[in-house]
Amino acid sequence: MKAKHQRLILAVVAVVALTGSSLLAMSALKDQASYFYAPGDIARQGIPAGAIRLGGMIPMGGIVHQPDGVTIDFTVKDETGTVPVRFRGITPALFKEGSGVVAEGSFVGKTFVATNLLAKHDENYMPPKAAGTEHVTKTLKE
Amino acid sequence: MIAEAGLAALWIAAALALLQFVLGAMGLNDSRAELRAGVRSVAVVQGLFVALAFGLLITCFLRSDMSVKLVVENSHSMKPWLYKFAGTWGNHEGSMLLWVAVLGIAGAAVAIFERRLDDATLVATLAAQALIAFGFYAFLLFASNPFARLNPAPIEGLGLNPLLQDPGLAFHPPTLYLGYVGMSIAFSFAVGALITRKVDAAFARAMRPWVLGAWIFLTLGITAGSYWAYYELGWGGWWFWDPVENASLMPWLAATALLHSVTVLATRDGLRAWTVMLAVVAFSMSMVGTFLVRSGILTSVHSFAVDPTRGSFILALLSLYIGGALALFALRIGTVKEGNQFDLVSREGALVANNLLLSAILGVVVIGTLYPLAAEAISGTKLSVGPPYFNATAGPIALVLVIVMALGPLTRWRRDNLKAVVSRVALPVLICAVALLAMAAFAPPIGILPFLGIVLAIGVGAASLAPLWKRNLRRTPLFTYGMVVSHLGIAVALAGMSTERAFIKETLVAARIGDTANVGPYKIKFLGIEPIAGPNWTALEATLQAQRGDNLPFLMKPQARMFSSPPTETSEAAIATRLDGQLYLVFGKGDGTGRWQLRLWWKPMVTLIWLGGAMIAFGGMLSLIGRMRREWGQNDRKAYGV
Repeated sequence: MKAKHQRLILAVVAVVALTGSSLLAMSALKDQASYFYAPGDIARQGIPAGAIRLGGMIPMGGIVHQPDGVTIDFTVKDETGTVPVRFRGITPALFKEGSGVVAEGSFVGKTFVATNLLAKHDENYMPPKAAGTEHVTKTLKE
Repeated sequence: MIAEAGLAALWIAAALALLQFVLGAMGLNDSRAELRAGVRSVAVVQGLFVALAFGLLITCFLRSDMSVKLVVENSHSMKPWLYKFAGTWGNHEGSMLLWVAVLGIAGAAVAIFERRLDDATLVATLAAQALIAFGFYAFLLFASNPFARLNPAPIEGLGLNPLLQDPGLAFHPPTLYLGYVGMSIAFSFAVGALITRKVDAAFARAMRPWVLGAWIFLTLGITAGSYWAYYELGWGGWWFWDPVENASLMPWLAATALLHSVTVLATRDGLRAWTVMLAVVAFSMSMVGTFLVRSGILTSVHSFAVDPTRGSFILALLSLYIGGALALFALRIGTVKEGNQFDLVSREGALVANNLLLSAILGVVVIGTLYPLAAEAISGTKLSVGPPYFNATAGPIALVLVIVMALGPLTRWRRDNLKAVVSRVALPVLICAVALLAMAAFAPPIGILPFLGIVLAIGVGAASLAPLWKRNLRRTPLFTYGMVVSHLGIAVALAGMSTERAFIKETLVAARIGDTANVGPYKIKFLGIEPIAGPNWTALEATLQAQRGDNLPFLMKPQARMFSSPPTETSEAAIATRLDGQLYLVFGKGDGTGRWQLRLWWKPMVTLIWLGGAMIAFGGMLSLIGRMRREWGQNDRKAYGV
């Protein structure tokens, strides 16, 4: 095989591989682009299928502990929507009423069943949409 | 005085970097070749001064000098000394100073030890290195001075984020930075070789140890970071596809591709342009990683958010360096002569496939990581790309890559016969098939991906050992062992990831003292709970008794810790490691009626994930030692005229 041909084949293979992977990325992104939801999005667009992240604020008085001791029901809200959430597990340290939360999971009926409340973060953290809606915790540094 | 001395040392180092660049750039002109002699020594002195500046910052932290703003914001006099020490780089300014210190010291090391490159290329390399360092010095001096004073000085500091108060995280950033900065050296080598038009096998042999060294540190850093997230965050996960994790994965992917292509260039003088390109890409990814983590544009669960103006500074440096290197590449690549040819069915062919697949994974990870940022910048929509995207895109490509990785070492350089390759692959494929049948017959239903993962891990393990088959093991070079160990490490890590997902057992209960619960093969008894105090925290500690069958029971003590400065709670999981897995216990909140939340996990074979990572890095070390021994041997023979 001539060197020229070989280079051509390699170039074609490279282009195919990179195009293939970007197509793969694009199609996966199309499913995932709406991965992060705020309660208002759910109110407007209806309940999404599959695994999503739901981010918002927990209103005061919004957390209810179930008798089994490991299940909690709470609501996540923003200015335009409210979503009921159920979670079984140990809540992160900063999970409390009046603060922001990002829950991962999917909808079962109208209830969002969270498999994970986003891991611990420092006191500066706000879920992106919540930061604009409620007051941001002032830190010692500021 | 210490802080002022540190700042002075930093200014001097910056001035020396500028001098090093100017001398190097002028010395490239053959009529001024005498200037070249100075470049090496300036590089060494620059390294000394930046090391001095960093040492002085460490001193400020160790002495808890509360007149220094950075110490006040990130330390506390009550902290254990290890975290005062590590607190030096547990913040923006300190970590950037660490970055440039490693850069300066690495530049000095190149100046001292690099004897293979010809004089002009070395000088061009050191000049490029000085220019990179100069940008970061400017960044520190004008945008984030670590030595700034605070007047009046407060009596006490604010402390360090308790999540960072862990030995694992104390040494995690320096490890990663050594990797990032090692990539800067590969980048400077590439720029140097482009300038002097000497992209050849000798250049690749000079660059290879630096790439290998940086890659080892990146591998260690990623493995340690993953284990840290696993035991410290208390949620039992080991990879999250968080942007901060991706920031270290992206340079690793590029470095892995570079490591393989530089081998082709060094041993077969092929893939010249591609190798130079990868060196540029690998360093770009290190810069992008730094930018992502330090710019404050991320909404990461790790959240190191800082001032966005600094983000623009790093972004400007990024575009300057990368843009400059790409422009140089475009100008000069036409003059880089073609290397040697090879057949498609050959070791080179397999390495090209490896490079393409790694680039494809890099591509989808970069898209997934940067797309949300781009979308927000362009259209203002905030979105987040999560694990489902990365698993769906990177997962399948990675499986193909693993197969190519198993095949590559079984092919010959330059030209191979397809039939011969097939016959060499037969045994691993057979082992794979047997594993497949055995799994199908005996394994519980575990889902398609874990199933494929386990089968593939067994096949890849067999194929990784195959290059040693029928060889004289004592005469096999150390770097061949290195490759075998690293590839075996991939198989081990793959096995760990698959079995953990497939066979994990979890129990979640609210228990009273005296209650028992079962998880996997273990019976857990809740014995009690008591408050304890550490150096700068208090905690509730649960005592649990774990027993497996009729074996001796043992105690495990997970904690929920409260830090006062800054006020934060963390949970310290109790982990017991056994040959066949880990028992992982987390202690949660009480409900006020005497019940406490307990989360119990039995994770079979989970340690294989990090054992695999450590093996990959260890293989790299074996290769590095093997290569260096061989070269020193050759130099000695040359020196004695043999």
